[in-house]
Amino acid sequence: METKTVQQRLEILSDAAKYDVSCASSGSNRKNATKGIGNGVACGICHSFTEDGRCVSLFKILMTNHCIYDCAYCANRRSNDRQRATLTVEEIVDLTIGFYRSNYIEGLFLSSGVIKSPDYTMERMVQVARKLRMEENFNGYIHLKAIPGASPELVHEGGLWADRMSVNLEIPTEPNLKLLAPEKNYPAIFSPMTQIRNEILASKEEVKIFRNARRFAPAGQSTQMIIGATPETDRQIILLSSGLYKTQNLKRVYFSGYLPVNDYDKRLPALTRPPLVRENRLYQSDWLMRFYRFKAEEILTDDQPFLDLDVDPKLGYALRNLHLFPVDINRADYEMILRIPGVGVQSAQRIILARRHRKLNSEHLSKLGIVMKRAKYFLTCNELPVSTTDWTPEKLKHKLVAGAVSKNKKSLDTQLSLFGNYQPVLPPLH
Amino acid sequence: MTIITYDGTFGGFLTAVFESYNRKIFPVDICSRMGEQKHLFAQKTDIQTDEAKAERVWRGIQQKMTEKNKQFVFYAFLSEEQGIEMKIYRFLRRLFSGNLDIETDFGDPDVLYLTQTSRKVKQEAMRMLQFVRFQHTKDGLYFCGIEPRYDVIPLVVSQFQKRFADQRWLLYDLKRNYGMLYDKNKPQEVVISNKEFSSITGQVNDNVLQEGEEFYQKLWKSYFTHINIQERKNLKLQRQHLPRRFWKFLPEMMILN
Ligand code: SF4
Repeated sequence: METKTVQQRLEILSDAAKYDVSCASSGSNRKNATKGIGNGVACGICHSFTEDGRCVSLFKILMTNHCIYDCAYCANRRSNDRQRATLTVEEIVDLTIGFYRSNYIEGLFLSSGVIKSPDYTMERMVQVARKLRMEENFNGYIHLKAIPGASPELVHEGGLWADRMSVNLEIPTEPNLKLLAPEKNYPAIFSPMTQIRNEILASKEEVKIFRNARRFAPAGQSTQMIIGATPETDRQIILLSSGLYKTQNLKRVYFSGYLPVNDYDKRLPALTRPPLVRENRLYQSDWLMRFYRFKAEEILTDDQPFLDLDVDPKLGYALRNLHLFPVDINRADYEMILRIPGVGVQSAQRIILARRHRKLNSEHLSKLGIVMKRAKYFLTCNELPVSTTDWTPEKLKHKLVAGAVSKNKKSLDTQLSLFGNYQPVLPPLH
Repeated sequence: MTIITYDGTFGGFLTAVFESYNRKIFPVDICSRMGEQKHLFAQKTDIQTDEAKAERVWRGIQQKMTEKNKQFVFYAFLSEEQGIEMKIYRFLRRLFSGNLDIETDFGDPDVLYLTQTSRKVKQEAMRMLQFVRFQHTKDGLYFCGIEPRYDVIPLVVSQFQKRFADQRWLLYDLKRNYGMLYDKNKPQEVVISNKEFSSITGQVNDNVLQEGEEFYQKLWKSYFTHINIQERKNLKLQRQHLPRRFWKFLPEMMILN
């Protein structure tokens, strides 16, 4: 019997949920058509930031941290002697609504350890979502984890209530997954993932024909894998995630630097700190693919299994391909401008727009937010002399890395700025 | 050397723009008559706000700007930055003289400045959506007192209205001493004289808090503490995203007890 208070159980279960990386509340425009509570904002909203600097957007919680499985990398594995707790369907619903009404959160991200069976677990998770939508009239964000092995009917119902669904891949290759989680396998993970993909696509088609058709996971699907618990290379990981974007139509692939939670297990590497820099480089590569029009093969070539930890992958690409630079800011096309180190997506767009009015010089560029200290080796503009020709990649790398250790260097951040495109609505002019 | 003075409102500013065309004045400055006297020897023309004239200028702006930037000038104005009026004025002169598409001429210092400034205002509005924290009071009202850097509460009211359609709430700007009250019907502007909350932190006095409010705050604080990954501690990053000036309004950033 449950003798712990709600607060105690909340503590245990948020502690157990913290390893899930995703907290995004983006991609949903759900309207509060019922005049109930909540709506979706397409860009997502972070309501707070914890001491680790991560965004708190959703109320991220496990329904229970009891689990019948024994995955080596997981703190909740059944062989661990730790505090266990469960929240009831009603309790999760009440906490979500209570937090939401105070504007603490955008919604709920519900995951769970597996109790009794995948179906039994999934059934209760779906109940939470159903109750929020049907009884509480809740139109905020819901992210539901699909439990591998749960029946397609439950996954289907979950997708009808949720904005986003996810199935975690956990380990980037199947043999290594089997080594660490003998009770898991890829088919059990890919089958709900593929089902979700198909249902999302089908519902999009349906909505085109019948405007009121019910949407299935309108904010799409994501997944997560642990980095550094197994020996996969960065190249393997990047190719895998680029494949997932293409074949499974995923919205996001998250990476979670392995935290040594079970250091007694000899199947796992001995780490003292999570591999944060590597994780960050993988995210940067991910952004290059999603926003900078890079192909996976361009980020790491055949003979390069790992990302350079000293320089970001975009700079790495430029250094390997110095023959493509310098790029003429006033003439080059958008793709090439995006590839200049020190030029972000927003600056690239502004360059394209602004140069139609006048030729841009280096002063314009730094005012537009381009990091000239870095970019100047890779571009020419109206008056800037070409300064790349006499550099070898090694020398240039050395120079740029040394220059980057400045006081205002930005802190390692794996979260993309979410608010770039937010447009508040203008009140009527009075 | 003519200076135009107006009442400091956006409508007043737009009227001033209208009159400058109408009376063929090329002002060297446009400033609020409430502001400090910078120009002792200049000739001053004071403009009375006229909604119809303002509306005409506003419509003119709307016609010339692309969809994405329709509110651009208004946001920049809300920044209350020193000298913003003249920058907008010069921009509008260029806009009305038929220059196509000048909003993207970022090589022009005025355009760039206005772009960056309107972005800052939008960002501050976004921060309201992020960092407003309602406290549930005894009479069922959800109250939040906060101090936005710019006057952005009116910009976010419709968003809050959509989101919290079934609860009564009040967003109160502590610095400008006014708020927007929503009574499940439509929002209205209010000024509170008899304050049962701290005008520094916006915290409602204990005796008017709804029973249960404290409970949820406590649960929220423990959630916040336990969802953090200690091994990844990065206070610099936290501060980058969560500006210091908002901490006093956030229950999770108040000392745990
Ligand atoms: S199934 Fe999930 S909760 Fe259970 S041990 Fe494996 S990873 Fe942990």
